[in-house]
Formats: sequence, C-alpha cells, structure tokens
Amino acid sequence: MRGKLSLRRSPLVFIKAKTMRILGIETSCDETGIAIYDEDKGILSHQLYSQVKVHADYGGVVPELASRDHVRKTLPLIDKALKEAGCTADDIDAIAYTAGPGLVGALLVGSTVARGLAFAWNKPVVPVHHMEGHLLAPMLEDEVPEFPFIALLVSGGHSLLVEVQNIGEYTVLGESIDDAVGEAFDKTAKLMGLDYPGGPRLAKLAESGRTGIYKFPRPMTDRPGLDFSFSGLKTFAANTLRAEIDEANDENNEQVKADIAYAFQEAAVDTLVIKCKRALKQTGLKRLVIAGGVSANTELRAKLKELMTSLRGQVYYPRLEYCTDNGAMIAYAGLQRFKAGHIDDAAQVHPRWPLEELASVVK
Amino acid sequence: MSKRILAIDTSTEACSVAVLTQDNVYSEFDICPREHNQRVLPMVDKLLAQAQLKLNQIDAIAVGAGPGSFTGVRIATGIVQGLAYGAKLPVAPVSSLAAMAHSAFRQEQSQNIICAIDARMSEIYLGAFQVSKLGQIQQVIGEAVTAPVGALGSLSTDTDWAGVGTGWQTYQSELSAQINAKVSEQVVFPHAIDIAYLAQANENAWVEAEKISPSYLRNEVTWKKLPGKG
Repeated sequence: MRGKLSLRRSPLVFIKAKTMRILGIETSCDETGIAIYDEDKGILSHQLYSQVKVHADYGGVVPELASRDHVRKTLPLIDKALKEAGCTADDIDAIAYTAGPGLVGALLVGSTVARGLAFAWNKPVVPVHHMEGHLLAPMLEDEVPEFPFIALLVSGGHSLLVEVQNIGEYTVLGESIDDAVGEAFDKTAKLMGLDYPGGPRLAKLAESGRTGIYKFPRPMTDRPGLDFSFSGLKTFAANTLRAEIDEANDENNEQVKADIAYAFQEAAVDTLVIKCKRALKQTGLKRLVIAGGVSANTELRAKLKELMTSLRGQVYYPRLEYCTDNGAMIAYAGLQRFKAGHIDDAAQVHPRWPLEELASVVK
Repeated sequence: MSKRILAIDTSTEACSVAVLTQDNVYSEFDICPREHNQRVLPMVDKLLAQAQLKLNQIDAIAVGAGPGSFTGVRIATGIVQGLAYGAKLPVAPVSSLAAMAHSAFRQEQSQNIICAIDARMSEIYLGAFQVSKLGQIQQVIGEAVTAPVGALGSLSTDTDWAGVGTGWQTYQSELSAQINAKVSEQVVFPHAIDIAYLAQANENAWVEAEKISPSYLRNEVTWKKLPGKG
C-alpha cells in the first residue's frame, strides 16, 4: 500500500527531468560574448559585440578602453540573449563566466555582472577557463571529436598544443616561447601598414601573393620538441620589407607586400602543421582539433585537412563565429563544469591561469 | 514612506555596503585594496539578513559611480548591474565626491566641503559642495580631474571650508596654500551610507541598470592613438 502511494506521487515517474540551461558570459579581451546553451537543444542564443573599431585607431587592444566597453555592452547583450531564447531567470540553471586567462579589468566586468546576477537569481556560478572554452568549441558542431585528441589552440594571445584525454585532463605538449601566432600575424600586418586587426587582412593580401618569391624560415622545426617561436618570423618579414620595398617606385610595392604576406603565412602555417604532425606521432592519436581566432585561417584549415587525410585521421574545427572569442563556448564549457559540480563562490579572476591546473570532470 | 536602499561603493581603497530602511541603517565598511570583488556580495548578504529583507524588497540599488579607481568603480558597477537587472530594480548612480561631502555633513556637520581624491599621475578628482541643514546637497564647482595647483582658484576664501579625501593628504601643501580649509581626519573615503542617503533623496535620478555608466572623469590620458588617427 505504502509502496503504491509513493510510486504514484513520485514526480520522477511522471515528469521527465528538465534539461539544463546555462548562461555564458565572455569578456576576457576585446569581445563581449553572451550565449544561452541548452543541454538538449544546443545554443538558444548567441550575442556578440566586437570592439575591433574601438581599438583600431590604437593599433592594438587598449585594456582600459576594453573594460569600459564591456561595461556598456554586457547587460544589454544578456537582455537580448534572454529575450531571443525566450528565457526568464526560472529557465536558467547556472551562470558561467570567463574567469581567465585574459585582461584583468575586462575579466572583472564579466565576473562582477555574473556574480550580481547570480545573487539576484539565486543561481550557482561557474568560472570557466577561456582556453578550455576554445578547446571545447568544436563540441557545438554536429560532428564532434571523441576523446582523446590533440588540440591546436591558436589566437592573438595563445599558441598551444594540448593532449586532451577528457574535459579537464590536459597536457600541454608545446607552446610559444615568445609571440603567439596571431600576434605575429597582427604585428607583421602592422609593419605592412595594414589596419588593426591585421591578421585576417594579411591573410587576404597573401591570396594575391606568388609562391616561391621569398623563403621564410620555419622557426624551431629543425630541432625536436613541440614549442613554437613566432617573433623571429615577424623580424624576418620586417627585414624583407626593408630590403624589398622601394619607396620611390610605388607601382610594384603592392605585389611585393603580397608576396611577403604569402611567404610569411606559408611559413607560419607550415610550422604549425609540422608541430601538429609531431604531436600526433608522439601520442599516436588520430584526431586533431583546431580552435582560436587563427583557426579561421583558410590556409591553415586546408593544410591541416591535407595532413589528417594523409595520416588517415580527422580534423575538427568550430564554425567561424565560434573560432574567435564568444559566449557560446563559455556556456558549453560552463555546463560541463556545472554538471561535474565545479561551482565556485570566490569571486576571483585569474589573468594568468595555466590550462593544466584545471580539474577533470570525471575523476 | 521613505524608500529602502541598498548601496555599494568600491570607488577607492575602501569597500562599503549599506542598507537603508524606514527605521534603520545597516552598514559594513573596510579598507581592503584588491579584495573588493570578493568582499562586496558577502557584505550584501550579511546586511540584508540583518535587515531581514530579501533583495526584491529593496526599492533601489545605489552605486558609487566614481570618480575614483577605474577598476574599483567598475567592480561596484558590474555587481550592481547584475543585482539590479536580476531583481528588476532601478539603479541610483551617486558621485563618490558628493558622497564624501555628505559624509562630512553627517559626521562633522560641515556645510561647505571641498572633496579631493588622489587620482595619481599628479592629479586629483575634485568637487566642492554646499550642504543645507536638511542635508540637501549642491555642487559649487563641477567635478573635474585637475592638477592640485590652481584647482581651487574659483572658490570663495570667505567660506568655512572643510577638506575631505585622500587628495588632501597627498597634496596638503598645494591645496592649503590656495584656501583655508579644515582638513578632516575622519572623512577620507566615500561611504555607502551616504550614497544610500543621496539616492533616497533623489528618486528622479533612478535609472534602469543598463543605463548607468561609471563617472571616470579622466579620458584619453593613458593611451595614445596611432599617428594620423583622429
């Protein structure tokens, strides 16, 4: 009798468990990204404001201006995301925000808004590692990589090769000892007089460059190891520009610049491909994930696809809008952390935060 | 019936929170540089519990909008934006300089107050205020970031001035050379209590959370544009 009663009253029997939804907030650098992720339905809304125009006149990200702009944009974008997703506070199970690494002032904006909102809504808060967000961004696509895999994380701030056993189980195999690859793209573009952010513009210019005109070095590929160095490539480009650009004869200069852009990109991409190949060989893995802003580079995507085809493996990358900084990847990574119970009341941000310090979600 | 206010200020080295109700004032104040972000919400939690109020029983959230430390001002702004948006409450932005003037009135009955916050880079954030016997506050000169020397030139020398804020400590000789002011030892930083009072007194200044923006006063000093960019 008692058993029968309790069976009838148990909500578990009649109501399917509600799927989890999380709000993700990204403000680590010069993009304000807000997204709402539903465990079953995927991304319900994805809002992005890029500050590129704010920083263009300065030739790079001005941290104070970035922070000021995040203050203006974060709340309106949260409002927009909730409306687009048709969600109210009751529909949200947790709030995830980027806690680092990144610019401290910029991180603080996302962190404080997240904490205030979570207090008002009485929801848990999940701090997310920005690079874990990037690394898991391909999980937002239809075809997702299985663990384990190798991840190449390449952006304006990072160049990392990571062995990924599971979420939170990361071994950094190699990283840049100086400039990040995206930084080298941007700095070289600046030398060529291209507007900020120059990386994508340099890649565009390289399309009209010719093969075999200039030969750039492939830094640190002539010795074992998986670390990168890109500042030498930038210097090589500066020297080549100085030697080849004829200020008096303007006519030919555009072609010379395009040829240098081509050679620079070819060398940078080659270097990344060589290191990826080594990492795959060293670990015996057949799956490669590329993420971060530079993973939008067409040449890099093509060359890595070629590599994986020759190795009979597969390459995975997020769609273009999830390559650069965004809230969707933070919401996704945040939900995985939330499900593993990794919530945190300490309102801290970590401008420097090694990826390997993260805890596994399964162990 | 006077409105219930929750106030937060982190614009200087001090971090403070206050809850103002019909009958009572609850507050927390601590000088804790670099810890503001961790300290604010636990303070809010504690004071709401003392006042036996839930966040949604508050009428408005007041914020020390600056001037002051850029990062500090943004910490209070971000937290208040999150709280106010989440609880659907209006926000009352209050000048940290005006808050210090009110503090001097509340604690020392001063009525003519020159507030100066050390703004680093050899400058101060400056404001001068007149407070009526009822606590109504009026600006005497507009708030500005300025070099201490020559900053007080437009102020009447016949007035009994009180000087408050860290600017009076760092630039005591520069400021005292211009005007005869009694420098307060008690009022050095803004306090959320005063921000709450000033917010309560001016409902017209309450806005939606999205609409508030910090009062930095200092713009385009620490960063330079590329040559040729306007």
